[in-house]
Amino acid sequence: MSAPANDSQDYVGFDTITQQMERKFLKRGFNFNVILVGESGMGKSTLVNSIFSSHLVDSQGRRTAQEVIRKTTEISPVTQTLEENGVRVRLTIIDTPGFGDQCNNEGCWVPVIKYIKDQHAAYLERELKPQRDRVINDTRVHACLYFLNPGSRGLRPLDVEVLKRLTEVTNVIPVIAKSDSMTVEERTAFKRRIKEELVFHRIAVYPYPSEEDCDEDRALNSSIRDLVPFAVVGSEEIIDVNGTPVRGRRHGWGVINIFDETHSDFVHLRNFMLRTHLSDLIEVTSQRHYEQFRTSQLRQIKELRAQQAAAAASGGIMGSMPQQVPPQVPAVHQPMA
Amino acid sequence: MKANAGNAAGIQKKKMQGYVGFSNYPNQVHRRSVKRGFNFTLMVVGESGIGKSTLINTLFDTKIFPDREEMPPSAEPIKGVDVTSMSADIQENGVKLRLTVVDTPGFGDSINNEDAWQPILENIESRFDAYLAQENRVNRSKISDNRIDAVIYFIKPTGHCLRAIDIEFMKRLHTKVNLIPIVAKADTLTARELELFKAKIMADINYHGIQIFKPVSDEFDDPETVSDNREILSKIPFAVIGSEKLVERPDGTMVRGRRYPWGIIEVENEEHNDFIKLRQMLLRSHMEELKDSTDMVLYENYRTQKLLSMGHVQDNNVFREFNPLVQLEEERRAHEAKMQKMEAEMTAVFQQKVQEKESKLKLSEEELYARHKEMKTVLEKQRAELDDKKKRAEASVRPITPMEQHPTKGKKKNIFSGF
Repeated sequence: MSAPANDSQDYVGFDTITQQMERKFLKRGFNFNVILVGESGMGKSTLVNSIFSSHLVDSQGRRTAQEVIRKTTEISPVTQTLEENGVRVRLTIIDTPGFGDQCNNEGCWVPVIKYIKDQHAAYLERELKPQRDRVINDTRVHACLYFLNPGSRGLRPLDVEVLKRLTEVTNVIPVIAKSDSMTVEERTAFKRRIKEELVFHRIAVYPYPSEEDCDEDRALNSSIRDLVPFAVVGSEEIIDVNGTPVRGRRHGWGVINIFDETHSDFVHLRNFMLRTHLSDLIEVTSQRHYEQFRTSQLRQIKELRAQQAAAAASGGIMGSMPQQVPPQVPAVHQPMA
Repeated sequence: MKANAGNAAGIQKKKMQGYVGFSNYPNQVHRRSVKRGFNFTLMVVGESGIGKSTLINTLFDTKIFPDREEMPPSAEPIKGVDVTSMSADIQENGVKLRLTVVDTPGFGDSINNEDAWQPILENIESRFDAYLAQENRVNRSKISDNRIDAVIYFIKPTGHCLRAIDIEFMKRLHTKVNLIPIVAKADTLTARELELFKAKIMADINYHGIQIFKPVSDEFDDPETVSDNREILSKIPFAVIGSEKLVERPDGTMVRGRRYPWGIIEVENEEHNDFIKLRQMLLRSHMEELKDSTDMVLYENYRTQKLLSMGHVQDNNVFREFNPLVQLEEERRAHEAKMQKMEAEMTAVFQQKVQEKESKLKLSEEELYARHKEMKTVLEKQRAELDDKKKRAEASVRPITPMEQHPTKGKKKNIFSGF
């Protein structure tokens, strides 16, 4: 869009909207919520701390023999405010200790799905209030990092079950966190295999193809999709390599630099999540997942009201009320078991 | 007899004058065993993709397990746990080894792994049973031994304490097999992380009372063996990697290892991982001990348990001297004791029955007494009534003639004749 000089009389000036929005954004700040799903010891905490370059979460793994193994998946959100160049973000990292750690992992995903849906429900409730807050505090989960097991042949049965359910309620980004146990060939073969299986099981991971994309976006998205699942290495340590400080891991046979593109996809993941697709993640959560949830909930309420009306019309108090939705807005949604 | 007159053990130490030659006996044993050949059965347990096949192929420098075949995504994953075994006859320096490796695909791969250990335990016990059956045969000349000599358990390199499935498996099996836990994919952890991880694993193992196979030295070992054992012990659990491929080092030499963009990890470099130690313990120094432990300790325990549970009673009399008088005396005593016991029982029963009868009789006695009392009161009442009537009758009637008295008497009789 070529703009005439600002002083020219034909210049309207609506292109300053981007600056206006930016100013508003700077003032208000924004929320970003990420949930980490994976077994203990997959490298979740280290990865998140590496992505945001600060110690945000502590590992919740078992550190001593006396600690008891968790019997269910816990949900532990941690909120912090980060600031960069005047932009504030209220970052919430939701860890899921206990997921996949027991002998019998049937239903270990239920608390996770429930949490995500609860956030949608809370937002819907506030939206439906007659007097809405000006700015609703957005606790909806914008991204889910799902941690795959390096070395497995492909997706494990647990992965398939959980991914199917997760991708229906949030944006899922599959990652392989401790990918320094795989050689380059093994990594390539694993990624290819995972992509095949995702297609076979019809699991849609983020980024989703969209018709709105221009060519540039499409190219970027397809290059991202090529990389999925991201094979990353996380590190909170800065080590000295020939005088230069490097964030990485030191082995007896070599030093891993997590920012080196040949060593891991860490840079790509971080750029993708924060530098290019951050607002898209938030928007897609709102437009796709939240809308889906909202539609199904309102439909449920409508059906319930219709049932009640029919019952009242046919005279007398009918026996049982379906236990689903209370007269108030959806505090209930059924977590899919 | 004269020898028995020696010290308490009845053995005398004698010194010989010249070379007799029985010190050549171990060599004879050695030659015979080499001719016969050995067998060794190893089991590997760990989740899919953790490196079991690669490690075995690396340990024996032979492709015992073929490459994993690529299955389409639509293929069904294994339900539960499979137990499969592969055998290979390998030879080194004239020594023949029949190596059997038992694989356990599917372990830990399902969503519900609660009973993943069960098929494995059943397999181990069935091998013990097979050996037991062979031992009890009439003709025992050919016994084939396929008992598991060691189980290598692959631990995922999480850096945290053991997972639930690890603890469960090891607790279920540690008294039935020689358990050798190892840290798989050791190239994931830095040296410091590995140190901490090994400490956590051992803490967990000790906390849960899990017995793992450890090389122990006794007083007969020479100092070299003792120090070797100590070194091996310090590295337990071994952190290993495996590789069947040769890679080229910067200086041009070819080694077995894995090539990463940041360097090459060598399988046989002790600074990179504990593969050498594992191989040493498993094959070079403690193979015999593993087999021995399986035969003498684990199998015997299993056998004892099995026979006891089948109803065999340990006949301790066979250990004492055979003396018919003593035996007779014991038998009599046992018999007497039995009789006494029976008597006591019968008296007790008798007492009980007597008590019961007594209480019953007492009850009926009380009942009768109550009835008797009841009837007596009724009788009294009627008598009183009658007296009353008599008085009234006497009062209303004039002086009575002897004739007139009779009717009242007769009346009385009528009332009472109802009795």
